[in-house]
Amino acid sequence: MTREYFEFFGLQRNLALDTTDLVKRFYALSRKYHPDLYARKSRADQDEALEASAVLNDAYRTLRDPITRLTYLLKLEGFDIGEQGTKDVPPELLEEIFELNMALEENPADSAGRERFVEMRNEIDAEMQGKFSDWDAGHNRETLVHLRGLLNRRKYISNLIDKTNVPD
Amino acid sequence: MFQIEFESTDTVVGIDLGTTNSLVAWMNLTKPEVIVGADGDKLVPSVVSLSATGDIIVGNEARKELIDHPDRTIYSVKRLMGRGIEDVRGELKLFPFRIAEGSESVIQVKLGEQTFTPSEISAFILRQLKKNAEAALGTAVTKAVITVPAYFNDAQRQATRDAGRIAGLEVLRLVNEPTAAALAYGLDKRQEGIIAVYDLGGGTFDISILKLHDGIFEVLATNGDTHLGGDDIDNRLLRIALEDLQSEWGEDLSHVGEVVQTLRRDVIGAKEGLSFAPAAVIRFDWGGKRYQREITRELFENLIRDLVDRTLGPCRDCMRDAGVAPEQIDEVVLVGGSTRIPLVRSAVEVLFRAKPHTEMNPDEVVALGAAVQAGILSGTVENQLLLDVTPLSLGIETYGGVVAKIIHRNSTIPASASETFTTGVDGQTNVLIHVVQGERELAKDCRSLARFDLKDIPPMPTGMARVEVRFLIDANGILQVTARDARTGKEHSVEVKPSYGLTDEQVEAMIEASIDHAEEDLQAAQAALARVDADTILAAIDKAKRNDAWLDLTEEERRRIADAIRGLQAVYHSDDHHTIREKIDVLNEETHHLAENMMNTAVRSALKGTKI
Repeated sequence: MTREYFEFFGLQRNLALDTTDLVKRFYALSRKYHPDLYARKSRADQDEALEASAVLNDAYRTLRDPITRLTYLLKLEGFDIGEQGTKDVPPELLEEIFELNMALEENPADSAGRERFVEMRNEIDAEMQGKFSDWDAGHNRETLVHLRGLLNRRKYISNLIDKTNVPD
Repeated sequence: MFQIEFESTDTVVGIDLGTTNSLVAWMNLTKPEVIVGADGDKLVPSVVSLSATGDIIVGNEARKELIDHPDRTIYSVKRLMGRGIEDVRGELKLFPFRIAEGSESVIQVKLGEQTFTPSEISAFILRQLKKNAEAALGTAVTKAVITVPAYFNDAQRQATRDAGRIAGLEVLRLVNEPTAAALAYGLDKRQEGIIAVYDLGGGTFDISILKLHDGIFEVLATNGDTHLGGDDIDNRLLRIALEDLQSEWGEDLSHVGEVVQTLRRDVIGAKEGLSFAPAAVIRFDWGGKRYQREITRELFENLIRDLVDRTLGPCRDCMRDAGVAPEQIDEVVLVGGSTRIPLVRSAVEVLFRAKPHTEMNPDEVVALGAAVQAGILSGTVENQLLLDVTPLSLGIETYGGVVAKIIHRNSTIPASASETFTTGVDGQTNVLIHVVQGERELAKDCRSLARFDLKDIPPMPTGMARVEVRFLIDANGILQVTARDARTGKEHSVEVKPSYGLTDEQVEAMIEASIDHAEEDLQAAQAALARVDADTILAAIDKAKRNDAWLDLTEEERRRIADAIRGLQAVYHSDDHHTIREKIDVLNEETHHLAENMMNTAVRSALKGTKI
């Protein structure tokens, strides 16, 4: 049994996944591995089913969400995805963020700053979607380098949104 | 224990181990069915009493003892399962639990002068259900599915599983109560859709949202409150009644166990009446005095509104976590006796914008679902599959007491996570891992599950050792931890110190004790039966002495019979039924001729009486 999530689901290492197809595969694999179906089997078979269904559920959780899916793929492809700070945030964006933060400090009730942060994240998400398709077309490593940058930038913006308590 | 490959003929029962009542059900061919007890009741009140002679009484009989012997009787023990003394301090004001000394990590309850853990008390209830099932099905029952509130944490689940083991049941699966209810409802119902299960029982509240798809019941999210239920409603009414008594009679009777228990029974009667009538009367007679008070539904609803409102927050959180809006919910199912209250029903209807299902008896639906799950496990129910979630996030304590979450709540189980640990000091040979459950940032605000000690790490410079620890939540919602050396791949020993609950050794000892008792009980029963037989033969001989046949015996024969009678009388009170039976056999042998003579006498007298 493989522990590689894409392989476990019988999928290529693609990023633009068809979620309906993923759900279908998840149900089919659940019917194959769920521990309830092994209650009458030997202890060894039960342990194996428990292990397999844990991997299945972990894999499903990881792959169904585009951000955790991307994070997982980057790790799989050997990228370091630790704390990157503002390294991948373009200077002009940083400057705008700095000003928005100042304005928020002065007037926390003003929602314009928060709304702009959410807008920034939406822009990143849209760009990511495009890059997902680029990656799937040729598995070009350069695309992943770009995606790692986007992921880090998104993390930075998400933290700002969390701090200002904007409901998602 | 290592092989549990069992025959398909093995009956696996489904048990709803409730706060107020417990039930056992089974799959009768294709339909789940609740088993009726010897007293004709499907519900076994979750009440246990210790009689003056040391016998354990369970159910309806024990409930009678609540009034006369409140100090030897316990109810609602589910509230104490898997909890420490600090968790239940608030409850002790309202519940007459008598807690013994030394209850820090496992509560010890006193019944009379004896102490029991909540798991042992629950085991008495389970044993009664097992007995009921065995009597009804005519076969030994050793395997069960037991339901637990979805919001039960690891310790509460373990305590429930321990109770099963102590009762001599192999617990094949712990199933969440609302999910079980959905299984019971889902039979032959819709193929697709989103269902909300609202479960307000005697002591706990659960809300679960499920997606149904072609026989798969996928729980999307669950939420709840393990300390909210009908008991709290009863306590509101009880407080009013006690205050009235104080002002009308000038006596504080809140510490008189008998009064509180009788009043509790009376307010529960009034509460139940209010589900059908616009008003009900609490009547209480005590010491020649009578207290009477009418409760209108309006007053009742004002009294409990905040309790009902407390269920709505978890419902909203659950919908948010499941990612569904109220209008997406196709069906709402009500479970638990407290959902009979009209205010509860209307609150649910308003929140989910759907008329809730009430076709099934809310007291029975969980047990029926447990039986369906038992059917899934034993292979008699095909195509249906339950995918449940863990209700609480699992985390480990890191620097500064901050929790790092490793498995998030509402993750489908089984679920797992791996973490690599290393040493912080040169030559360090063990690493202590503190595992907690809950959503808060700091470990001290979460529920401590256990401390795992990774031992025998070879001494190395700081940070060189690499121990990979795998945390796995199984299909019962219970955590398993394994560790291996990341460099050598070798299994690493993990010593588990549960924060609450019994160690494996303690459970084993309790199982042993219960088996010993079972042996003793069986021995005692067999000896009693042998004594009944001895009585029969002794009485027969007594009668025979007045028969002519006795006179036909020789002197020698009469002497030998007298010896045999003395022999039997000497061992009459023995605990060993073999000894008694042996002497009965001797007496039988010696009275052989007497019996023959009596037959002849009988024939002679019969002939004499016949007119030819």
